[in-house]
Amino acid sequence: MSEFATIDLVPTEPVKAESPLAMCRVDVITEPKAQSAGVVVREHAFLGHLVLRGNAGDAGFVNGVEQALGVPLPLKMGPLSVDEARGVSLQWISPDEWLIIVPGGEAFAAEQRLRETLGGHFAVMNVSGGQTVLELSGPAVPEMLMKCTPYDVHPNHFPVGKGVSTTFAKTTAIIRRLDEDRWALVIRRSFADYLYRWLLDASEEFGVHVAR
Amino acid sequence: MLHIYCPHCEEYREEEEFRPKGEAHIARPQNPEETSDEEWGDYLFFRKNPRGAHHEQWYHAAGCRKFFNVTRDTVSYEILETYKVGELPTIDDTSRRAAK
Ligand SMILES: [Zn+2]
Repeated sequence: MSEFATIDLVPTEPVKAESPLAMCRVDVITEPKAQSAGVVVREHAFLGHLVLRGNAGDAGFVNGVEQALGVPLPLKMGPLSVDEARGVSLQWISPDEWLIIVPGGEAFAAEQRLRETLGGHFAVMNVSGGQTVLELSGPAVPEMLMKCTPYDVHPNHFPVGKGVSTTFAKTTAIIRRLDEDRWALVIRRSFADYLYRWLLDASEEFGVHVAR
Repeated sequence: MLHIYCPHCEEYREEEEFRPKGEAHIARPQNPEETSDEEWGDYLFFRKNPRGAHHEQWYHAAGCRKFFNVTRDTVSYEILETYKVGELPTIDDTSRRAAK
């Protein structure tokens, strides 16, 4: 294991944690029930987010990541590596960068496993506090996304299991297609308030329900 | 709107995702201490600004956040090729005239 000071960012004392959306003011008219809504928005707050950097051309690194996380390292843009049962996903961000998302509270353990398994030149950063995940479902999601991003969300171009980093509402977000009619956005904390309110505003015409 | 092929993402993306970053293949003088003011000024400030094929750097700001190179026609804006940093272009005005 590399000589590296590590810290578990989840506090041991009971400290009130707040999602980046804690202070958001919702000023659109929302649907009371998910069934009547065209778009259902649900935040998955407090997940573990890790940024992994390393050399995709190094077989030891590629195999080590799979050994540590239990899912293969995606080596090109698009297809996510997902273990739905364990709540683990791995996304190609750039030729030497990946986003790992694990269930809340498990980021430190995942980081430790990576540090124990990997050798050589690599980096792992816990960015859990820096971003959050919004799950979008409902029949109007693709149409709503078309208002927000120039990226083609047509099923022929955006199959289930694909994840991309692109322009979204004049800023940047990661868009993922989880299954036939469930999508997810990974958004940065500093843009969370803006993007969440943009999303509700864009969804209002289809009927939007905020699930908790 | 330009449709630009990112050689890292291996996909065409909208121009909005990219930032142009100026002329490519500008070599930094090997020995700045021994470089004349004129040479250093040329390196820092003077650019070709050609009419026709131009090799330039672009940055995939909203995607993979990597730099790559583009050969673009400065008259028609047509993008003739994109290639990774460290690779050489295959198209310039001479090769385009020869192909006609
Ligand atoms: Zn790219």
